[in-house]
Amino acid sequence: MNFQVMMEQLAGGMLASMGIFFLTLIFSLPLGLLVAFGRMSKNRVVSGIIGFLISVLRGTPLMLQLLVVYFFPYYLFGWSIAGWRFPAIIVGFSVNYAAYFAEIYRSGIEAIDKGQHEAAYILGYTKTQTFFRIILPQVIKIILPAITNEIITLVKDTSLAFSLSYMEMFSIAKQIAARETTFLPFLVSAVFYYVFNLIVAFVMRRMEKRLAYY
Amino acid sequence: MVYVEMKNVEKSFDDLEVLKGISLSVSEGEVVSIIGPSGSGKSTLLRLATLLDTMNKGELSYMGEQVVRMEHGHSVYEKPAKLREIKADFGLVFQNFNLFPHKTVLKNIIEAPIHVQKRKKEEVLPEARELLSRMGLSDKEDYYPSQLSGGQQQRVAIARALALKPKVLYFDEPTSALDPELTGEVLKVIRALAEQKMTMVIVTHEMEFARQISDRVIFMDKGVVAVEGSPEEVFGSSNQRMQEFLGKLSAN
Ligand SMILES: Nc1ncnc2c1ncn2[C@@H]1O[C@H](COP(=O)(O)OP(=O)(O)OP(=O)(O)O)[C@@H](O)[C@H]1O
Ligand SMILES: [Mg+2]
Repeated sequence: MNFQVMMEQLAGGMLASMGIFFLTLIFSLPLGLLVAFGRMSKNRVVSGIIGFLISVLRGTPLMLQLLVVYFFPYYLFGWSIAGWRFPAIIVGFSVNYAAYFAEIYRSGIEAIDKGQHEAAYILGYTKTQTFFRIILPQVIKIILPAITNEIITLVKDTSLAFSLSYMEMFSIAKQIAARETTFLPFLVSAVFYYVFNLIVAFVMRRMEKRLAYY
Repeated sequence: MVYVEMKNVEKSFDDLEVLKGISLSVSEGEVVSIIGPSGSGKSTLLRLATLLDTMNKGELSYMGEQVVRMEHGHSVYEKPAKLREIKADFGLVFQNFNLFPHKTVLKNIIEAPIHVQKRKKEEVLPEARELLSRMGLSDKEDYYPSQLSGGQQQRVAIARALALKPKVLYFDEPTSALDPELTGEVLKVIRALAEQKMTMVIVTHEMEFARQISDRVIFMDKGVVAVEGSPEEVFGSSNQRMQEFLGKLSAN
């Protein structure tokens, strides 16, 4: 196998890893906000159940969660899981990351002075207007560093998709390395994850700077 | 016309009785000051009047319209939609301003008229600038609250409240969070509002100020109105708690 073919295969893996990364963010960031609302619900039953689910998602290995999501339709209902591999990965990652993001959102929302809610209430803002116009913009500024940490972890965590034999960067690198007895694919993938994270850190720093206007 | 009417209001936090049957009536153009020792329930009274908190017993009306009535010995509130409507009648200026830190001075002022009252921006903008100039802050419209002094922030908060054209404006110790040298500029603005016959209810520890601008002064003590009347009547009252209160203040 020549170098070019190897690089092409690895490039395919990079795209797959980036696909997991972006789809997970797209789904888990809003989902995390919904989960945070559930966690902060005045209904004790709702907040209790959501709190328990969050602790399970944060307290068990993501790899295990991926396997459960992938295989449960088969074991529980006997359904075929053909074609379910990639959706299962996205569902598993999104739900897991939503649990982490939910706790971050919650800490941010609770950090906002209650005077902000009261001022908005007196001015006649509805609850929805208060949240989206007054609270959330301030929350985002507070939680951005914590969100950055999670996103950097996510870049590395995408490699866990190998547990469902999904051909992302790390799986492909491992496969080529075994077949061709060369260390090179590992080096390439290490550089990939590292550079990807440099870019993520750069983008997030830019966002933090943009939010530093007040 | 009577703008605000509170009748026999009672409020407890768990076992702590904070308001023990307070009545307050404010007429158009009146300036009412509420004074009294710490913990006497002044802030609680304003929070009930502004619907930030709910009373256990008692009644509340704005502009002759009943908002809270007594039923079977307990206060019953109107539906949320009605309450939202009533909220347009009053504004509140907080002790610690509570400006929106992520919005400029101008945005702080125009947002509620635009998004709550659904008024046109072209119409709201000139009014907001006019308010800022009355507050002496014309050059600050693009500043963020954190770039202003406390006195400037409080004046923005007053402009923000006025932009909604409330019938009554409440103040809860508007100068208590300010350095003494910044107190004057805020009091000056409130004094100007009083001269323009803005209806106001002001909780304050500034006795001289209360004496000068009020049509009526209410001295609250331990959850009841202990003395009420013209500034002369109240400050000249022989009520023992009132005397102690004034004595303590002048001793400081
Ligand atoms: N949310 C609350 N929960 C429990 N107790 C409260 C609450 N709010 C106020 N209190 C109590 O009610 C009493 C009256 O408080 P309030 O803030 O109305 O007094 P105040 O007259 O405004 O005092 P100050 O001059 O210090 O501002 C105090 O004993 C206070 O501790
Ligand atoms: Mg108070």
